[in-house]
Amino acid sequence: MLDIQNISKTFNPGTVNAKTAISGLSLHLNEGDFITIIGSNGAGKSTLFNAIAGVFYIDEGSIVLAGKDITFLPEHKRSRSIGRLFQDPLKGTAPNMTIEENLALAYLRNVKTNSFSRISKKDKAFFQEKLALLEMGLENRMRQPVGLLSGGQRQALTLLMATVVPPKLLLLDEHTAALDPGTAEKVLALTRDIVAREHITCLMITHNMKQALELGNRTFLMADGNIVLDVEGEERSHLTVEDLLARFKAGTGQELDNDRILLSE
Amino acid sequence: MLYILQTALELGFLYALVAMALFLSYRVLDIADLTTDGGFVLGAAVSVTMAAAGHPILAVPAALIAGMAAGFVTAFLQTRLGVPSILAGIVTNTGLYTINLMIMGWSANVSLLKTDTLFTLFHNTGIGGDWYEVVLAAFVTILAGILLVLFLKTRLGLSIRATGDNMDMVRASSINPAFTITVGLCISNALTALSGAMVGQYQNTADINGGTGIVVIGLACLIIGETILGRRTIIKGAIASVTGSIIYRLIYAIVLYTKIVPVQGLRLITAIVVALAIAFPTIKEWFAFQKRKMAASRKGGN
Ligand SMILES: Nc1ncnc2c1ncn2[C@@H]1O[C@H](COP(=O)(O)OP(=O)(O)O)[C@@H](O)[C@H]1O
Ligand SMILES: [Mg+2]
Repeated sequence: MLDIQNISKTFNPGTVNAKTAISGLSLHLNEGDFITIIGSNGAGKSTLFNAIAGVFYIDEGSIVLAGKDITFLPEHKRSRSIGRLFQDPLKGTAPNMTIEENLALAYLRNVKTNSFSRISKKDKAFFQEKLALLEMGLENRMRQPVGLLSGGQRQALTLLMATVVPPKLLLLDEHTAALDPGTAEKVLALTRDIVAREHITCLMITHNMKQALELGNRTFLMADGNIVLDVEGEERSHLTVEDLLARFKAGTGQELDNDRILLSE
Repeated sequence: MLYILQTALELGFLYALVAMALFLSYRVLDIADLTTDGGFVLGAAVSVTMAAAGHPILAVPAALIAGMAAGFVTAFLQTRLGVPSILAGIVTNTGLYTINLMIMGWSANVSLLKTDTLFTLFHNTGIGGDWYEVVLAAFVTILAGILLVLFLKTRLGLSIRATGDNMDMVRASSINPAFTITVGLCISNALTALSGAMVGQYQNTADINGGTGIVVIGLACLIIGETILGRRTIIKGAIASVTGSIIYRLIYAIVLYTKIVPVQGLRLITAIVVALAIAFPTIKEWFAFQKRKMAASRKGGN
């Protein structure tokens, strides 16, 4: 499904600020995998996502998504098959456009439509139905600008936008970290539902260790620009947060250091 | 008196197209596009030259295409070659000076003498009576406004609006910002050139310096209109462009008529009004901060 071979990325090469954020990383995902990723601050988790999404081109290695080499494909073309959510709920929606206009933009992704066509009645009904699934009452506010919504509502809408045309790959970069606990819980539940319903292959960065072990079917631990631990199946089901921390220390010789990391809830 | 109103309406409608162009580039796309001054003259030069050659109607699409080309150059510099957007506009604007002179046969001024223009042709139909110029100007501007609003609700239009509204989101969706910026600037500069084309035939002349300061005046019109109508929706933006432009021309006419300030002074006043209006949020913040500082020092003093 996703095949990453030996990729590296150095920022500001050849200067005093040179920083190798990803070094020789490889990974292979199967169709329908739901991977959780944890790691220290600056381990290169977001950089890995940016490399996959095409925010920049990698220095070395190759990225193949669903059999297609996307290593040199520009970002907006990759976005056709890759959905993305960021920590900041303001990043994923256009505040001065209405809810239905935002959804219409997301809907453009794969659907082959005429550039000059307008939002049809059928589209609206479809959006309304999808919005109702969020259970936030947004289906009755479709003509309001998104800027009026709360952070949690905007993040839920962004999630819907990223999946309204199911992407081949969904990248979630701590997408609930900036929300209050109740809302975060809700958005997480929605994520779980949508990913399961649409059978989306998904990578999720989280700072919640417990969540990392509970959600999904496989967990990566990242440090210094690489994956240092990759657990799944039987082994993963018996793993506790303490085991994980111990394995991290054994593997890297350092404590898992992340100022936001949550060891339990 | 009625004559003043009539002239203000005519000029108001014709120049409203520039305000509309700036609504698209400055408000919707969030780009300060300084191609405007040269693009306006470009429209006038193409239009008057074509009318002089006996093609007053064909002059309009020709001017639109010329304007689009100018917008394309600015967009290309900016999106493909990494020239900062303000500089890209200034560069195109500077180059246009020569192009415009070339179109006008290397003379700084071209006039229409006894040739048909859109306005004389329209006059012959008898529609609008004595107000035929107002009717034609209003028709062209309102039609352009309606088309613009309709366009901004299409999928491509939505993509253009998103580009100006949230670049992060656009990068994460399948929209290519280089493409949407290019389309947006082509359309906005076509509108500017259309304004130049209409004004040129209306005044029977094109002047190489006829566009100087048009961009600031256009912004002033937009800001006046938005102050009255608010700036939430696309439709309001289009109506604000037209309303603001007419009000500006009324003020201009009153100043011209009553001579309360010398007409030459109007440019300076316009510039100050635009600067203040754009600076308004910063000024407001500064005052709020000073108030807080005063309150804090008062509290600390006790
Ligand atoms: N655009 C950039 N320019 C320079 N350095 C960067 C850039 N993006 C990330 N980095 C650096 O790369 C390292 C990894 O960052 P990141 O992937 O954001 O870490 P995290 O695992 O916390 O998400 C950090 O040291 C960060 O400072
Ligand atoms: Mg990060």
